[in-house]
Amino acid sequence: MKIVVLVKEVPDTYAERRLNLETGLADREANDRVLDEIGERAVEVAVSYAESHPDTEVTVLTIGPQAVPTSLRKALAMGATSGFHVLDDALRGADLTLTAEALAKAAERIGFDLIIAGDVSTDGNAGVIPAMLAERLGIAHATALNSLEISETDIGGERETSGGTITLTASLPAIVSITERHPDARFPGFKGIMASKKKSIVTVDLADLNIDSDADLPRSIVVAVSARPARSAGLKIVDEGNAGQQLAEYLVQNRLV
Amino acid sequence: MTELTIDPILVLLDVSSTGELATSAAELLGAAARIGTPVAVIITRPGHGQDAAMAAGVQGAQRVLVAETPEVDSVLAAHIVDGLVLAYERVNPSAVLISNSIEGRDVAGRFAVRTQNALAVDAVGVDCDDEGIIVHHSVYGGAYDVDSAVTFGTPVVTIREGGVEDRAAAANPIIESLEYVGTGRRAATIVSFAPEPAKSSRPSLRGATRVVAGGRGVGSAEDFALVEQLADVLGAAVGASRVAVDSGYVPHSYQVGQTGVSVSPQLYIALGISGAIQHRAGMQTAKTIVAINKDPEALIFEIADFGVVGDLFTVVPQLVSALIATKD
Ligand SMILES: Cc1cc2nc3c(=O)[nH]c(=O)nc-3n(C[C@H](O)[C@H](O)[C@H](O)COP(=O)(O)OP(=O)(O)OC[C@H]3O[C@@H](n4cnc5c(N)ncnc54)[C@H](O)[C@@H]3O)c2cc1C
Ligand SMILES: Nc1ncnc2c1ncn2[C@@H]1O[C@H](COP(=O)(O)O)[C@@H](O)[C@H]1O
Repeated sequence: MKIVVLVKEVPDTYAERRLNLETGLADREANDRVLDEIGERAVEVAVSYAESHPDTEVTVLTIGPQAVPTSLRKALAMGATSGFHVLDDALRGADLTLTAEALAKAAERIGFDLIIAGDVSTDGNAGVIPAMLAERLGIAHATALNSLEISETDIGGERETSGGTITLTASLPAIVSITERHPDARFPGFKGIMASKKKSIVTVDLADLNIDSDADLPRSIVVAVSARPARSAGLKIVDEGNAGQQLAEYLVQNRLV
Repeated sequence: MTELTIDPILVLLDVSSTGELATSAAELLGAAARIGTPVAVIITRPGHGQDAAMAAGVQGAQRVLVAETPEVDSVLAAHIVDGLVLAYERVNPSAVLISNSIEGRDVAGRFAVRTQNALAVDAVGVDCDDEGIIVHHSVYGGAYDVDSAVTFGTPVVTIREGGVEDRAAAANPIIESLEYVGTGRRAATIVSFAPEPAKSSRPSLRGATRVVAGGRGVGSAEDFALVEQLADVLGAAVGASRVAVDSGYVPHSYQVGQTGVSVSPQLYIALGISGAIQHRAGMQTAKTIVAINKDPEALIFEIADFGVVGDLFTVVPQLVSALIATKD
């Protein structure tokens, strides 16, 4: 079985994230760049399947800047077989259309039975890339899965929907996306880290994938960015037996009840 | 000015398994009415179309295209995309608005690729000026307002659930049926649907005007009753931190934050929540924030308009009684 896992490097959410007010792009200096947590969980799903199915090959695929191989190494240390990095200046600030095109062509180049993605990225908040890839690749999608079972021929899983839970199946090849209800990623052990140093990361650019980023296609662009004023702290009281009462008064006075 | 707002705006409405329009319908139609004439597409199981179309009219659809197909119960998204494509070809809209629900995102992604249009996601509003449609987004937990536009073509926009305040005036819609055969693309099969146990009468989190949320400090599923009690006195929705959800105190759908629901209520009360940055990302745009936490250093106090350093198990019961007393 060949599994491709889509991982994305994002600004660390543990620190205040910043946008460049001129370009609308993420300010790369403001935060450490890390593998998106949901992508790590997707790697976990793939490598734990590979552990019990030894003829499985797991390729982690990403589009991102030069620094990306550091975070790809982490996925390799967790147990992925190899990495595939699409690197091109024209991908800076790429919209969803171009991102999906590049990921789809890269996945085709790698070859796959199953693609595993995160449901939503913490910086893009889009949650559409998996469905876009499914459409481009002519395969089924099963997104936002809270649970996932993989067999040689099919996948199955559950997703929440308005008013209940649905159980889905799809025959391979297919693309799935998982939610953070999946287990946390393992810590790569010393052995994993050593082994990852020998694993290969292929780097390609858009020309290698026969993609013309200047093609006459509609693109989504940022036209304005502004920062909201930061919030500040207001009144803080220490309970000395009547804080509940005081809070009730505050709510009533401010017409919040 | 008026000629700018007469273009058809195609709006895909989600319908529940029991045939009701999703609460996002009013928001989508409201957003559409702001930039043009709302034309709804409803793709639902046989027998549900007419009522859903009438309901869409009440919420502002001027025209409704309805398709009924049993496949919506057995095939994931494919028939909805096929139907939407057909409606798009018939209506030739100047924008397509879709809910940013899980179902909506699937459809939006496939639809944008198939029709070769650009996609703008998680919008909290739309406007139009003489250059076209502007999409408003609130990013990084409300720290930035970003506007986007598409270079040409028809923007496909997903609208954040509970994110739009516009509402359209009721209309008496022209209802048309949309006859089509699915294109039979590869899709996942829906094997079964398990309805969730009867919903409480509490307001839902998305779009709520008041929210009371509990975190790890609440300590257990049983003690979450205290959070619910305060919520009920205030007529508020109930939310939770990720730790509270992961610990099984409440269902996943209660999670507020970066990877949960984003809320912007008039009042947000955080009980036993530390205020981790990822939690704040989902609630810091609330008008008024109240926090009760026994740790005076808790991060949540940095953004609280009214903070109580104290034990939630003594402060909340007193607050509840005091609020009940003021009501009498
Ligand atoms: C990618 C990513 C996404 C995330 N997304 C989310 C998200 O969407 N939502 C989210 O909430 N978190 C999210 N998190 C997790 C986040 O970092 C925190 O771990 C989480 O918010 C902490 O939850 P908490 O405040 O309930 O728990 P803690 O941080 O453990 O805080 C519990 C608080 O309760 C207080 N307390 C304890 N007992 C009492 C008492 N009796 N009375 C009063 N106060 C008491 C303590 O002083 C403490 O401040 C995310 C993390 C990552 C990495
Ligand atoms: N630049 C990228 N490189 C690799 N995978 C990505 C990229 N962008 C999105 N994805 C994948 O698509 C998922 C959903 O992302 P999004 O649609 O941006 O919210 C992510 O969790 C990743 O698995």
